[in-house]
Amino acid sequence: MDRLVYVAMSGAKETMRALTANNHNLANVSTTGFRADLSAFQTNQVTGAGLPSRAYAMDSSVGWDASAGALQNTGRSLDVAIKGSGWLAVQSADGSEAYTRAGDLHVDENGSLVTANGLQVLSDSGVVSVAPYNSITIGSDGTISIVPAGQTASTSAVVGRIKLVNPPAQNVVRGQDGLFRLDSGESAPSDASVSLVPGALEGSNVDVAQVMTNMIELSRRYDLQVKAMRTAEDTASSGTKLLQTSS
Amino acid sequence: MIPALWAAKTGLDAQQTQMDVVANNLANVSTTGFKKQRAVFEDLLYQNVSQVGGNTSQNTLAPSGMLLGTGTQIVATEKIYTQGSLNQTGNALDLAINGEGFFQVLMPDGTQAYTRDGSFQTNAQGQLVTASGYTVQPAITIPSGTQSITIANDGTVSVQVAGQTNPTTIGTVQLANFVNPAGLQPIGQNLLQASGSSGTAQTGNPGISGLGTLQQGATESSNVNVVEEMVNMIEVQRAYEMSTKAIQTTDQMLNDLDTNL
Repeated sequence: MDRLVYVAMSGAKETMRALTANNHNLANVSTTGFRADLSAFQTNQVTGAGLPSRAYAMDSSVGWDASAGALQNTGRSLDVAIKGSGWLAVQSADGSEAYTRAGDLHVDENGSLVTANGLQVLSDSGVVSVAPYNSITIGSDGTISIVPAGQTASTSAVVGRIKLVNPPAQNVVRGQDGLFRLDSGESAPSDASVSLVPGALEGSNVDVAQVMTNMIELSRRYDLQVKAMRTAEDTASSGTKLLQTSS
Repeated sequence: MIPALWAAKTGLDAQQTQMDVVANNLANVSTTGFKKQRAVFEDLLYQNVSQVGGNTSQNTLAPSGMLLGTGTQIVATEKIYTQGSLNQTGNALDLAINGEGFFQVLMPDGTQAYTRDGSFQTNAQGQLVTASGYTVQPAITIPSGTQSITIANDGTVSVQVAGQTNPTTIGTVQLANFVNPAGLQPIGQNLLQASGSSGTAQTGNPGISGLGTLQQGATESSNVNVVEEMVNMIEVQRAYEMSTKAIQTTDQMLNDLDTNL
């Protein structure tokens, strides 16, 4: 059988993968601080005997969308959103430093500042511990100040400053746990120019109109690939018919 | 079998849960001392289909890899402990907490529970009880023949008994607070229980060491913001519709494959 059917199949298979990435973005339309996954197709030339007429398609993640999500005011003192570009530094499950934009923070039972899924938030000098407090405020530069329990508002104390980083977007890659890291594996230096919006959360940056349009395009493209597979089959069967000895 | 279908399905699941949370918040818009909940979304694990930076030859590296996301999940429904507004009721046994803290309640099984709902009553023995009849801790018994009850900002309860010239102090309403109130487990009936992540209860008199003050003759209304919940509901509905569309499209594509080949 002609190799056409395999070329068309690779197109259909990779289109289905691109649709998975697209559906994943759509599913995360409500995820705080989510960054949409971008995928693109690459050609993969088949070399070997004969004419170099075949190029397979290969879908690949080319990174993530760096545009900002919409800010939602929540009024909760431990919610922070990042204005413009930048990341919050957290300690991932394996102990390494990782970055996230999801700023719905909590103080856990041991007094550590943690994210919604329990990862410890980092400052320049390690994890942030918060003493029992009457009220807590996170400043726009990440400084955490508290009014300690039993004190009046005039005795506020600074307990730490959240590590905010802003490495170039092309050096930041997403890991399998959904957290971001530097592609070099190192820790990014803290950047004083990153600023926070206290009392707000950043929504997902998934553009639903684009996702829906992509979905239409991918589905039509898939149809075309299937049509090409069908054509390959038809061609093969007419070829077989031509060569059949008449009965 | 088809990851595209499952990724879209997780979106449907999560939006459905979000809708449950919104509906519960809206249903509790008139519940005394109710604290609204918020669903926290998180992206699921990524599958590494082809490694970024893998060698494509001895000297060249793949500039991009293939990480396929598998959808979303709701990692938590957290309670938001913002202050609800205080409603004046004029009832001497209604208490509202202005600030942090919880009333302590003794459950029938002997365990402790906590509540922000201060619409108290007395039982047949004169003990201060919640609307469900559970005794408030530390126990306060209103003596018979009481003409008026005064509960001060700092929790001191004094009563004027018939035939006596001066009011008598009969006890203090104490409050409890936690390092992480969001870690308390709601058990219904406006009650919450301590859990591993809330930390242990620190009790004290109202107004001392960060605890709120009491307001007699008022109750704390629910902190649900109806407009916010309505907007949430619109967003949930649209996101749900779009996830449905994603499933439909994927199914359509598979159907084409099925009928054409």
